Amino acid sequence: MRLGFLACLLTLAAASAHGQGQVNVYNWSDYIAEDQLKRFTAETGIKVNYTTYDSNEILDAKLRAGKSGYDVVLPTASPFFVRQLAANLYQPLDRSKLKNWGNLDPRIMESLARLDPLNVHGIPWMWGTIGIGYNVPEIRKRMVNAPVDSLSMIFEPSIVSRFVDCGVMVIDSATDVLPAAMKFRAIDPDSKVAEDINRAGEVVKAIRPFVRKFHSSEYINALAGGDICLAFGYSGDILQARDRAANAATPRDIAFANPNQGTMLWIDVAAIPKDAPNPDAAHRFLDFMLDPRTAAASTTLTRYANANLAATALLDPSISGNRAIYPNADDRARLYTISAGTPEQIRERTRLWTAIKTGR
Amino acid sequence: MRFIIALPYLWLAVFFLLPFALVLGIALGTSTPDSVPPVQLGFSLASFKLLVTDDLYLAAWLSSLRIAATSTLVALLLGYPMAYAIARASAARRPLLLMLVVLPFWTSFLIRVYAWMGLLSENGILNQFLRWSGIASNPGTILGTEWAVHLGIVYAYLPFMILPLYSTLEKLDWSLLEAAADLGARPFSAFLTITLPLSLPGIVAGCLLVFIPATGEFVIPDLLGGTQTLMIGKVLWDEFFTNSDWPLASAVAICLLVLLVGPIALFQRQQTKSLERRP
Repeated sequence: MRLGFLACLLTLAAASAHGQGQVNVYNWSDYIAEDQLKRFTAETGIKVNYTTYDSNEILDAKLRAGKSGYDVVLPTASPFFVRQLAANLYQPLDRSKLKNWGNLDPRIMESLARLDPLNVHGIPWMWGTIGIGYNVPEIRKRMVNAPVDSLSMIFEPSIVSRFVDCGVMVIDSATDVLPAAMKFRAIDPDSKVAEDINRAGEVVKAIRPFVRKFHSSEYINALAGGDICLAFGYSGDILQARDRAANAATPRDIAFANPNQGTMLWIDVAAIPKDAPNPDAAHRFLDFMLDPRTAAASTTLTRYANANLAATALLDPSISGNRAIYPNADDRARLYTISAGTPEQIRERTRLWTAIKTGR
Repeated sequence: MRFIIALPYLWLAVFFLLPFALVLGIALGTSTPDSVPPVQLGFSLASFKLLVTDDLYLAAWLSSLRIAATSTLVALLLGYPMAYAIARASAARRPLLLMLVVLPFWTSFLIRVYAWMGLLSENGILNQFLRWSGIASNPGTILGTEWAVHLGIVYAYLPFMILPLYSTLEKLDWSLLEAAADLGARPFSAFLTITLPLSLPGIVAGCLLVFIPATGEFVIPDLLGGTQTLMIGKVLWDEFFTNSDWPLASAVAICLLVLLVGPIALFQRQQTKSLERRP
């Protein structure tokens, strides 16, 4: 890992190339439709140096090391973007250069504004929830009326224990799972009170014996390949697993449900680092991301909802009408967001999470 | 000439001492998550103090040592006969056998670990075979257990055990064994009194080459291991990436290095000295 980090540092030199006609975009893998990138270059003449990452932590470490050389990056709003804002890593956006700004979904903007007041530093790109992914026949075989749309499916030991033999995975993320465990106990999921966090820890400890693995992404393949039958993870990841399983040689019926108690809303934000070498090109790229065509094509690719209201009409109804991708008004009313917390709180949370996972 | 002799020292200074000094400098700083970079240089022992007071780090370190030690032992028990067989093979066949040992390196390490995931998973190739052949109708899953971590480490590092063992065994004067046989020693006691002591430098080198990287291994436990596998590499990752606490991550790295390389360097020096003393 240290070697990997050194390699990252070395590539920074290459990434920090200056030039009017280019923009250095650092994005999640498979997060923007590639033909759209070509359209951007065709329309503006700006070359896109596109590199990808697969975890927020990698982006975070690069930005914190300074002089990343990137013009546009896409951190997840909480806890990453908000902590990076506190470290003053982003520049305010120049809205006069973003003529498509009006396409943005005001409800998502409002949620994001709780972390970035007045939406000064970032535009929401994709958003989604955390929920329950399950293999429909395998679950039914073990529990006919399983509460698939409830947090008790994951956090109630007497329920989750029924699925041990077919396999349960939970996303390896303290900031996603502990708030959900608090919600399950009807505690404010954003509470930073030690007592509440510890109660959430007890909830997860109680189900740990039934969880095969906590991992950031393995549940996608495991669910699609039939290695597990129940997962708690990101909506888009599970929908990807569903599509993959449906098209497999031996198709499997995978479904996704948002917990009826309410679930976390995550938002990935496009922002411009303070020391971006090409801020003008970066603004043009953001404006291009705000173009409904770009957002719609990318949602079709990723199966994540975008924050672009004008793009919804361009989507296939099987996507825009899918409650797992675009939750209905009731679901949306129950979404919550999480604030970052102090470094001490973060350390305590990580410590508790390690203790839970390793059964210490 | 003098320059050529100085070259290894220069290499060591630039690529080991300098990075070590940088990491030590960060470890002695204080964490300032709201600045770039998130560390204020200074002279604070707070990070080291936390390492000592919180038993998480000791537990992670001991668990890493245990996994690395057992994997090294298994690699030695597997690697020794293989190295021995290659060394005793005819000179014409040795290059082919050695190439077979090195061949896996032609594929990316990561891909080989992923291949193990495909073999060991619940519906993986191994279980499919067990079910198809009727050996076991409901085999358990190895993937996600500490067994898989051991298996992965032994598999990945076995060549590092075989190669140094081979190079010592290859130089062995086999006429000593003939002399032992002439004097009435049984093959096993000849092996214990002659081959094994003479191959000790290879054993030490091989064990170190497996043990040291296995202790700090991150990829194999992350991909093959389960949730309960606590290893120091993962703890370091958490400190650096999840907590953004560079000083503490650096302190973990420093302690890992000092606690690991210190005793090993001493041990190796002892070994070479005792070998030199031997006539």
